[in-house]
Amino acid sequence: MKKLLMVAMASALVATPAMAADVKIGVLLGFTGPIESLTPDMASGAELAMKEATDSGAFMGGSSVSPVRADSTCVDAAAATAAAERLITSDGVSGIMGADCSGVTIATLQNVAMAKGVAMISPSATSPALSDMEDSGLFFRTAPSDARQGQVVAEMLMEKGIKSVAITYTNNDYGKGLADSIQMNYEKLGGGVTINAAHEEGKGDYSAEVAALSQAGGDMLVVAGYLDQGGKMIIQSSLDTGAFDSFFLPDGMIGDALPAAIGPDLNGSIGTLPGTDSPGAKMLDDMAKAAGFANGPFTAESYDAAALLIMAMQAAGSTDASSYKEKVMMVANAPGEKIYPGELAKALKIIAGGGDVDYVGASAVELIGSGESAGSYAEILIDGGKNTTVGYR
Amino acid sequence: MSDVLNALVILANFVIVPGLAYGSQLALGALGVTLVYAVLRFSNFAHGETMAIGTMFVILATWGLQSAGIGFGPLPTALLALPVGIFAAIILCLVTDRLVYRYYRRQKASGVIYLIVSVGVMFVYNGLIRFVIGPRDQVFADGQRFIIKAREFKNMTGLNEGLAIKTTQVVTVVTAIITVAAVFWFLNRTRTGKSMRAFSDNEDLALLSGINPDRVVMIAWIMTAALATIAGTLYGLDKSFKPFVYLQLLLPIFAAAIVGGVGNPIGAIAGGFVIAFSELFVTFAYKRVVTYLVPESMAPDTLVQFLSTDYKFAVSFVILVIVLLVKPTGIFSGKSL
Repeated sequence: MKKLLMVAMASALVATPAMAADVKIGVLLGFTGPIESLTPDMASGAELAMKEATDSGAFMGGSSVSPVRADSTCVDAAAATAAAERLITSDGVSGIMGADCSGVTIATLQNVAMAKGVAMISPSATSPALSDMEDSGLFFRTAPSDARQGQVVAEMLMEKGIKSVAITYTNNDYGKGLADSIQMNYEKLGGGVTINAAHEEGKGDYSAEVAALSQAGGDMLVVAGYLDQGGKMIIQSSLDTGAFDSFFLPDGMIGDALPAAIGPDLNGSIGTLPGTDSPGAKMLDDMAKAAGFANGPFTAESYDAAALLIMAMQAAGSTDASSYKEKVMMVANAPGEKIYPGELAKALKIIAGGGDVDYVGASAVELIGSGESAGSYAEILIDGGKNTTVGYR
Repeated sequence: MSDVLNALVILANFVIVPGLAYGSQLALGALGVTLVYAVLRFSNFAHGETMAIGTMFVILATWGLQSAGIGFGPLPTALLALPVGIFAAIILCLVTDRLVYRYYRRQKASGVIYLIVSVGVMFVYNGLIRFVIGPRDQVFADGQRFIIKAREFKNMTGLNEGLAIKTTQVVTVVTAIITVAAVFWFLNRTRTGKSMRAFSDNEDLALLSGINPDRVVMIAWIMTAALATIAGTLYGLDKSFKPFVYLQLLLPIFAAAIVGGVGNPIGAIAGGFVIAFSELFVTFAYKRVVTYLVPESMAPDTLVQFLSTDYKFAVSFVILVIVLLVKPTGIFSGKSL
């Protein structure tokens, strides 16, 4: 009985942090699975923002923010749901930075976050389905919807003079949403899609899929997949059989691991990645370097997602999502003082003093609609075995 | 004429060459399943994981060789590491038999119990693999990747279509031929092999004529471990090593063994190729092949694909069901299930 009482007391303490307490924020990312090469830097980005808030001493009367990592696996909805459940019920997080891939994000949002009333800000879930999904106002994302990426991809393909493509996508909400968006926009601009076929993650052999794609033909293969598993193997198999020799790589396929794995044959392929030429990105580059990690794909969005959670809590003066969820849009958008990475201390002080901030952050955050990034993209060209940015749109 | 050649090259590139390699891998796997069934009389569900764990040993040995700077010229280093992997897999299988299967053999347990036990062994092996090498992909193929590249083939022949032949595909077929020849020589020409066949045909009679059952069982496990390791390594070299994939391979392997006739080594090999080629032929899109062969006006707009590639494994299921319905003993009349 005594033990039970103590447990009850301890959980009560966790549930309602008093002033100058420790606020926990969940970092729910796919540390294993098909984007595992990206997530360590994403988590480091989010944790950097939390450390900044803690070190400032200005967060909610000197409270500290500490991250709790959990594995979303990127593709396994059941595992991600269990991980989110654990974050909320046993770790007592006040908000979740995540999840990463669209399918698991939808699953955790609907099954856990909405049921428990905890807000989620995803750095990388880009499925168009999330734009108008019922979310009780608890879901935001610092990544743009793929409805926008589809437009950008279609424009880039047309400008390169590519008149017909084959599309293969990873069989989940992210892949399907992106592939359909690309097909719709590309056909609107007069391009031809020879085939739009799914592939499953985690298989040992994709030669049958590649054979079907190659028979459909096309000047380029659009691979709306993930760089560490199916996407990589489809590219490898296409090159091996001579089915395609240039590829379009949307955001899930951009990462240093891919050119390193495929080698020089990937040179000349192009891609897109959410990104801006705003000064914030460069600032985060330097901060990341100093902290010992790389500002890779979605690192900036992760930093910004964590920063938004922290500032919204500050603005509401509460770690309860039902009150701070109203403040996310306010701190993210104009009017107010512009805030760049590394200026969280300043932002927290302004908010504490009753002022308003317009968070620009590392990815030029501007939340539109139901709380998603408006979307500016970097054009990627793979050149000399590296992802290089050739422009922004 | 060149149209016909182009059509043939497409088929060779996407169906025949990969099918020969995949069929060889399945055949070696099915041979292992059939051996266990013939001698120990149960369906070994742990066979997929035995392949994976054998491959894991080979990969570890390959890394050792690579770090010592030892290579195999244009061929993959893994071939040099193969004996080490086979040896480790044999030890593991013998230990497993000693700790697990022997107990049930003494109990004269029925086939179903064996089957469930082998599922347990499968999970233990699976855990062991994840513990030692992790759940991720491991790329361990080295040496020269291609014998003919698609682009070189086009330049060489002047055809529109390319044909790529990977080193690993040739290595797979050659190794499979050597291995199968060795297995048949052993079973048909040596005293031990003959005693194994006798034991498989009629256990009681074999015991009466003085065949030592423990020895036969031991040799069956040694051969199974060797075959599994070779099959797993060839698959891993040709495709990629990913522990979970070997679990998925179990279905086509069993289908191959049953289609050919369980317990019949020739059947296992025939079954392997039947399954491999039907998976590929049924899920291949023939659009460009047909376009080359028919007059331009009749060129198809669709992909001319019987089944989407998602149904690849369904094909082996369907063949399995048909064979069990029509000829339960398999094409080469093995034991009825």
